[in-house]
Amino acid sequence: MINLTIDGKNVTVEEGTSVLEAARSIGIDIPTLCFLKDINEVGDCRMCIVEIEGRRGFSTSCITKVEEGMVVKTNTKEVNEARRTVLDLILSNHHRDCLTCIRNGNCELQTLAQKFNIQNVEYEGEKIDYPIDDKSPSIVRDSNKCILCRRCVATCKKVQNIGAIETIGRGFTSKISTIEDCSLADSNCTFCGQCIEACPTGALHEKDNTEDVWKAIYDKDKYVVVQTAPAIRVAIGEEFGMPIGTNATGKMVTALKTMGFDKVFDTNTGADLTIMEEANEFIERVTQGGVLPMITSCSPGWIRFCEKNFPDQLSHLSSCKSPHQMFGAVLKSYYAEKFGIDREKIVTVSVMPCIAKKYECSRPEMEVDGVRDVDFVITTRELARMIKQANIDFVELEDGKFDDPMGEASGAGAIFGTTGGVMEAAVRTAVETLEGKSVEQVEYKEVRGEKGIKEANLTVAGKEIKIAVASGLANARKIMEQIEKGESPYHFIEIMACPGGCIMGGGQPIKSSKTRMSVDVAGLRRAAIYSIDEASVIRKSHENPVMKMLYDEYFEKPGSHKAHKYLHTEYSGKPLYE
Amino acid sequence: MNCGDEKIQEETRKILENYPQEKDRLIGILNDVQEKFGYVPREAQNEISKYLGISLAEIYGVITFYSRFTTEPKGKYNISVCLGTACFVKGSQAIYDRVKERLNIEPGKATPDGLFSFCDVRCVGACGLAPVFMVNDEVYGNATVKKLDEVLDKIIAEEKK
Amino acid sequence: MAKTREEIDEIRVAKRKELELRTNKNAPTTEKHILVCRGTGCTSSKSPKIIEELRRIIEEKNIPNVRVIQTGCFGLCSKGPIVIVRPEDTFYSHVKIEDCEEIVDAVAAGTKVERLLCKDVDGKTVESLDELNFYKKQKRIALQNCGVIDPENIEEYIAFDGYKALEKVLFSMSQDDVISEIEKSGLRGRGGGGFPTATKWKFVKAAQGDIKYVVCNADEGDPGAFMDRSILEGDPNGVIESMAIAGYAVGASHGVIYVRAEYPIAVHRLRIAIKQAEEYGLLGNNIFGTDFSFDIEIRLGAGAFVCGEETALLESTEGRRGQPRGKPPFPANVGLFQKPTLINNVETYANVSKIILNGSDWFASIGTEKSKGTKVFALGGNVVNVGLVEVPMGTTLREIVFDIGGGIPNGREFKAAQTGGPSGGCIPAEHLDIPVDYDTLLSIGSMMGSGGLIVMDNTKCMVDIAKFYLDFTVSESCGKCNPCRIGTKRMHEILTRICEGKGTPEDIPKLEKLAKQIKASSVCGLGQTAPNPVLSTMNFFKDEYLEHCTEHKCRAGACKAMANIQIDPEKCKGCGLCKRNCPVNAITGEVKQPHHIDPNICIKCGTCADKCPFHAISK
Repeated sequence: MINLTIDGKNVTVEEGTSVLEAARSIGIDIPTLCFLKDINEVGDCRMCIVEIEGRRGFSTSCITKVEEGMVVKTNTKEVNEARRTVLDLILSNHHRDCLTCIRNGNCELQTLAQKFNIQNVEYEGEKIDYPIDDKSPSIVRDSNKCILCRRCVATCKKVQNIGAIETIGRGFTSKISTIEDCSLADSNCTFCGQCIEACPTGALHEKDNTEDVWKAIYDKDKYVVVQTAPAIRVAIGEEFGMPIGTNATGKMVTALKTMGFDKVFDTNTGADLTIMEEANEFIERVTQGGVLPMITSCSPGWIRFCEKNFPDQLSHLSSCKSPHQMFGAVLKSYYAEKFGIDREKIVTVSVMPCIAKKYECSRPEMEVDGVRDVDFVITTRELARMIKQANIDFVELEDGKFDDPMGEASGAGAIFGTTGGVMEAAVRTAVETLEGKSVEQVEYKEVRGEKGIKEANLTVAGKEIKIAVASGLANARKIMEQIEKGESPYHFIEIMACPGGCIMGGGQPIKSSKTRMSVDVAGLRRAAIYSIDEASVIRKSHENPVMKMLYDEYFEKPGSHKAHKYLHTEYSGKPLYE
Repeated sequence: MNCGDEKIQEETRKILENYPQEKDRLIGILNDVQEKFGYVPREAQNEISKYLGISLAEIYGVITFYSRFTTEPKGKYNISVCLGTACFVKGSQAIYDRVKERLNIEPGKATPDGLFSFCDVRCVGACGLAPVFMVNDEVYGNATVKKLDEVLDKIIAEEKK
Repeated sequence: MAKTREEIDEIRVAKRKELELRTNKNAPTTEKHILVCRGTGCTSSKSPKIIEELRRIIEEKNIPNVRVIQTGCFGLCSKGPIVIVRPEDTFYSHVKIEDCEEIVDAVAAGTKVERLLCKDVDGKTVESLDELNFYKKQKRIALQNCGVIDPENIEEYIAFDGYKALEKVLFSMSQDDVISEIEKSGLRGRGGGGFPTATKWKFVKAAQGDIKYVVCNADEGDPGAFMDRSILEGDPNGVIESMAIAGYAVGASHGVIYVRAEYPIAVHRLRIAIKQAEEYGLLGNNIFGTDFSFDIEIRLGAGAFVCGEETALLESTEGRRGQPRGKPPFPANVGLFQKPTLINNVETYANVSKIILNGSDWFASIGTEKSKGTKVFALGGNVVNVGLVEVPMGTTLREIVFDIGGGIPNGREFKAAQTGGPSGGCIPAEHLDIPVDYDTLLSIGSMMGSGGLIVMDNTKCMVDIAKFYLDFTVSESCGKCNPCRIGTKRMHEILTRICEGKGTPEDIPKLEKLAKQIKASSVCGLGQTAPNPVLSTMNFFKDEYLEHCTEHKCRAGACKAMANIQIDPEKCKGCGLCKRNCPVNAITGEVKQPHHIDPNICIKCGTCADKCPFHAISK
């Protein structure tokens, strides 16, 4: 342990701790902008500078490790003046239209400007007017709001191992961009949206579809059905000041009903359906000698990644559509027929923790007989904005319930929201199918947790099944390179584009660098997901009565011709760059 | 060197053969490609990206960082004006301004007819001849605006023939 | 084939005898060596053609005992192309291809071509090199072999005690002995900051690591500085030998030279030198049969000034954008490829082998108390003798500018000298008598820098010069940290405003405050020193800033927007030189009658004022 003094207070921390962390551990805050724990620790922005006795000039607290007897001053006149000048310079080069900015109220730059009591900018000068890149269906890039902290670059490169964006140019004209400054839509970007989660300002954000949804809601001719992904309910509360990890399912359902959706359903039900199809597909592949390993296909960022980077390996992908796409197709076929609603009048809206889902729902494959499965995807953040727009006091809402007859979902569907969840849900069903009997074990803890790649060996019906779970595209790449070389030992693999799975998706509430440093956001959201599962009466997809209803009344059996028509899709290799 | 995509691929692959597949070789490779083609064509970037396993954005980031690399072909006559201090204090800014005025292009760009391009350079090492400008590799020392005009006029006249 | 210690020594002795005439006027020989400078400066003025032509004529006329040798820079670049005949040291300047035959004939006849003999500043013809005032106050250590040996022939290097220092450390010194010798010599880094060299070496030696690197920083990016390039062009083996010595001292067996791709001649000669050193067994495994192995690899830069900063250099060497790394950790512990790394600049290395060979006492006897040895400067700008000079530390600025540099041309006055390039400052006439050493320069707001020394006469505007340097910094800022990326841009905007006559008195304190903040908070040396040219000119030439901001006047006439170019009819003799040099034909007038400038046509380039021999044109 190392002892040091910060602003006159003694503190003891572990060796290897940064001065920044040591200070924050005793409640002394040091402002940061470029710092993102474990991802971008570079000391570029100069906001976290401090004075350390015996050292020349300022020291950079985010990259300086504590030393025994160190005397740190974080709050001197010189330090504050220097930080203020740095902030002034950043603001001089920033489009300061905060009131109309998507990050108004949740912007690290805005917070600092407030904190430093900046009332006018001293060093005004040239600002380069950059065009806004909004070509893709998922993501918008506004370089005018970019402060070149490079948290996005580090995330894209180090966390996801994609490298779609990089600093280009030099000096004042440098910007964060793509190859030849092209649109993200034409780059190798997978639309995972992790860069948005990393961005301290409004330079990167989701393509906003809230207006489209309002328009549909207000259209008397439309029958607007909304479904919410498993990960939304454990995060939406954060947007209204509730603690991270709060399960706000009931309030969310009430809010959606209050907003004017005609029906509110649960994507967890769609997830159960996915398991029915996917488990069946896996069993078929295992028993009939299909392509193995089979890989899950719920994560559209992962699918885009695979189509672009491993176009020759697409036969490994499960042909199952993702849960909300399946559910959308069901709503516009089975549900429409059952209740005699004109399928052309149904508008399906999915609330997703994901921006790639926006791209997914626009894919040409995602329709049946010319009818789109899902019309609009909005993210958790967009839903929160809409709730605020509707003047709903979210925290005070009574709990509501998903609508019948499609509202029932199993705990297996719920855990789709976290890494390992799809695998665990699939195993719960596949094992019982293969064994031909009910199995007591429900939980498969080997595939749970934050680790990037998890694996387990199962013995099912006398057969050894090797499974793996990967989250984050850097890990996905490792898995795929193994497959490409023909060295993959697995039978079944779950892959999610976002590290931690959907609870940490690119459409989830954005947490500041400081929060991410001190709170295990993923852990809290994940715990909430598992407690939903634990509290569920039905914990296996195939035991969900809705499934029985769907197959009895419509799809006959998993993998049927009709099931394929509505619930399955196909993939095609795509150029890495357009 | 002007050539089609396939030729660029082929020439780039030849350059790549001289280098191990290590990411730290990127700048050496780019220097060779720049030398070979007079710029770094997109096709060459693709080949390098595949060979080294570096994303195109990262390669582009490197290209745009170093002033020696360009992504557009230079003109047949590339005029470089030295703006090193020794040349500057002897009046090279006036020569630079004149080139810009005469060619009516931004530094790093080529004229629409592809005849000229221009750029500033920092010290070509001929400080004893300051101020200097260069037409391709030819150094013109003790330069004046007048001398520059004469050189440009001569090139234009010859090209018209 | 690798050579043994004895074989190298044999080469040394034999070759030294053969080359005695290079350094000894009275060498007992009938041979003549015609040395032609093949540094970048003289190469630009076509010295390779001169070599070709000389050789052709010699062969054609079948003249015995005359050899034509290419060498590195002689230093006096403004006299180039330079040809020197040895042993007598005849110094020919501004040699043209047409002159070659005459030179060959004279050499054959034992005479001299009088009309080509170099003239000194006072107009006197000099018979031999050492008579020139330019060389009298110089002391050549780093440049010792430049202009003496053929840099593409390792045996010529060996002849002049080459690789003797390496041999000495390998056979008679421990690692600590070497470091202690360097420490006693007082050698400080020649790349800019002046950090004690031995301290760096100690850090790297102490660092834990299976692999360590010795890096040579040859990314000389200071505009108008060419010391390091000249050393590499003239004596590449000097650097290579010293890197190997450093490798031995710190426990490294890999060397990397990071050199600008814009230095093709230097790169070419380094490649040759490395190859030859490998062939002779002076690089590679088990050097001189010992268990010390050392290899060197060249990595090219690609035009980014910031790569002279050591951590940016490492990033670039690893194939990335040359953006400085945050410190800590320092390169001595986590450097190239994450390994402990020693980084010194070219000139620093160039001194190392000499210190080992001649002893630290010898080196420490040169220079001042805290700045030992010599410093090479690239002397340029408004000075008669533009070129490369090496002087003992502590030589006064006046001696360099006036005695060595020959003073200011065109009858103008000295206004300022700039050292340290974009990181340094301007030194006014009142400080002409300061000794040039690290600490004195720092004390007056400049710095030693890598060795650019630009002299400016009174037609230069100090605000404009500050703007010039800021222009450089803005375009060379890597963009990584906010103070440098945005701050230098804002400084440049304020300076531009002032130079365009739109400045206000409030701009001056604003500029000063910003400058100080950028210095304090930037990540790397580039940003931390970028404001120096502004701060130093503000310090010494504040009245010029005030004049620009209050009276909207530029006394030097350099700021175009405020310039009013006029011909004084009283002074104009009607010679017509201005008219002939005007690029836009804005000047009219009859011979021997006062001329006129049409302000509607004039582009204010100032050529006429510079050309007027009677100082009749004001700006």
